[in-house]
Amino acid sequence: MSLTINHLTKIYGAQKALNDISFSVQDGEIVGFLGPNGAGKSTTMKISTGFLPATSGKVVVGGFDVSEQPLQVKRMVGYLPEHNPLYLDMYVQEHLKFVGSVYGLSSSKLKERIEEMIELCGLSRERNKKVEALSKGYRQRVGLAQALIHDPKVLILDEPTSGLDPNQIVEIRNLIKAVSVNKTVLFSTHIMQEVQAICDRVIIINKGEIVADDKLVNILHQESKSISVEVEFETTVEINELRNLAHVKEVISLGGNAYKLIGTDGVDLRPEIFRFTAERKISLLGLKKEEQSLESVFRELTQAKS
Amino acid sequence: MLHIFKKEFTSFLNSLIAYIVMAVFLTGIGLLMWVFPETSVLDYGYADMDTLFSMAPFVFIFLVPAITMKSFAEEKKLGTLELLFTKPLSDWDIVIGKFLAGLLLVIVALLPTLVYYFSVVSLGNPVGNVDTPGVIGSYVGLILLGGVFCSIGIFASSITNNQIVAFTLAAFFCFIFYTGVESLSAFFGSQALLIKQLGILYHYESLSKGLIDSRDVIYFVSVIFLMLLFTKVKVSQRG
Repeated sequence: MSLTINHLTKIYGAQKALNDISFSVQDGEIVGFLGPNGAGKSTTMKISTGFLPATSGKVVVGGFDVSEQPLQVKRMVGYLPEHNPLYLDMYVQEHLKFVGSVYGLSSSKLKERIEEMIELCGLSRERNKKVEALSKGYRQRVGLAQALIHDPKVLILDEPTSGLDPNQIVEIRNLIKAVSVNKTVLFSTHIMQEVQAICDRVIIINKGEIVADDKLVNILHQESKSISVEVEFETTVEINELRNLAHVKEVISLGGNAYKLIGTDGVDLRPEIFRFTAERKISLLGLKKEEQSLESVFRELTQAKS
Repeated sequence: MLHIFKKEFTSFLNSLIAYIVMAVFLTGIGLLMWVFPETSVLDYGYADMDTLFSMAPFVFIFLVPAITMKSFAEEKKLGTLELLFTKPLSDWDIVIGKFLAGLLLVIVALLPTLVYYFSVVSLGNPVGNVDTPGVIGSYVGLILLGGVFCSIGIFASSITNNQIVAFTLAAFFCFIFYTGVESLSAFFGSQALLIKQLGILYHYESLSKGLIDSRDVIYFVSVIFLMLLFTKVKVSQRG
């Protein structure tokens, strides 16, 4: 089941939340949906799940148009909304039962699925508690369990790890990884490591427009035109001496005796720095090539236009 | 639709709402019917149940909005409406499911008052000298009236995410529909009857005479449908 978004535009009053975006998620693909707050991630997901109507453009899930055949689409999609709304006065098991029955699972199948979900999401000890008595991490598990109860082919997760502590983030991430086998998954986040850990592909959105849509490796490489090196010396070194080294474009003082050197045209400055310190008999405490991280790509792509 | 109906009704039973509504309704009506001397059947001297049927709508004006005020307002506030609307349910399923759950609670609250009927029957002289068709008609009217109030309450709940606003608006509209229109009709001279027929009281009184006239039933059903339609249109906008 693939998810295709075609020239989607959404206007709230006078504000354009989405401006003619198009992308598609192939069968079995896990796509990370990145963007700063207010970029339009949630809006895209709300339209894809049939909660909000689009202003123009369309979303097709598994061959069904969301606006024309919403029930068919909703049956295929498992959705974890942002902030994970749940019925607080229901018991965990009751909540799963309610959601499962809405999907029309037969009572024996439903029982089986509830057991599976409770097992999978690690809710065994919490199953007889009310949702309101659960911590945020466990509520998130209930949210995931309800999104997965009908074994959907398409999974849309809106910031599944926001507001969790580092251990819970890892747990939820592993859970997503475990359940997303053979599923089409679109999930949004602001955590870059998460994308690196889970996704095949990344879509970066900013101010309602897609600024990058590519395989993770390609995105990381595409921006690495200039290589920067961080260096720390034991004794003071004149900044002008560093500027006079071959291929150095820019030197930034990082405080103390540490500097950041940016080379021209992808030249690696490390051999040059090493020779310089050897000649001058200065002890070198650190020399590190800065990797182009997804964080910096993200910053570059989403701030360039602001 | 059944799933929503079941969920809503269970949530009435699991919260205190159902019990408080029934306790308040039955205590209030019981006091009016048997204790307060101005309205008591025992002091009245006639074996009829007019007290119940004339006072119950006024109690409903406050109780039914209390039942329905959270139906959409709370779900909007908690965001669970997004959960419902992304499940394979149509908007009508959700609106009608919530409406029927409210109506069922009203009917359940009314059931114990059947005891009053049997009490009045045995208090009559000779025993059994009660206008039974009138009572049946009145019950039908009361249930339909409960339905109208529920639909008004659900509509009020759908236009706000604040339960107090929902309650206040619903109580106000129920009051206007029940007696307000009737009282206003006095201003309209020759059109008075037409205006009166827009209100609930006219049709409710007509049913309580024991004749279940299709025009009255159609009136109630149309108002319910109209209110639910407004609700459906409102929730479709996802505002």
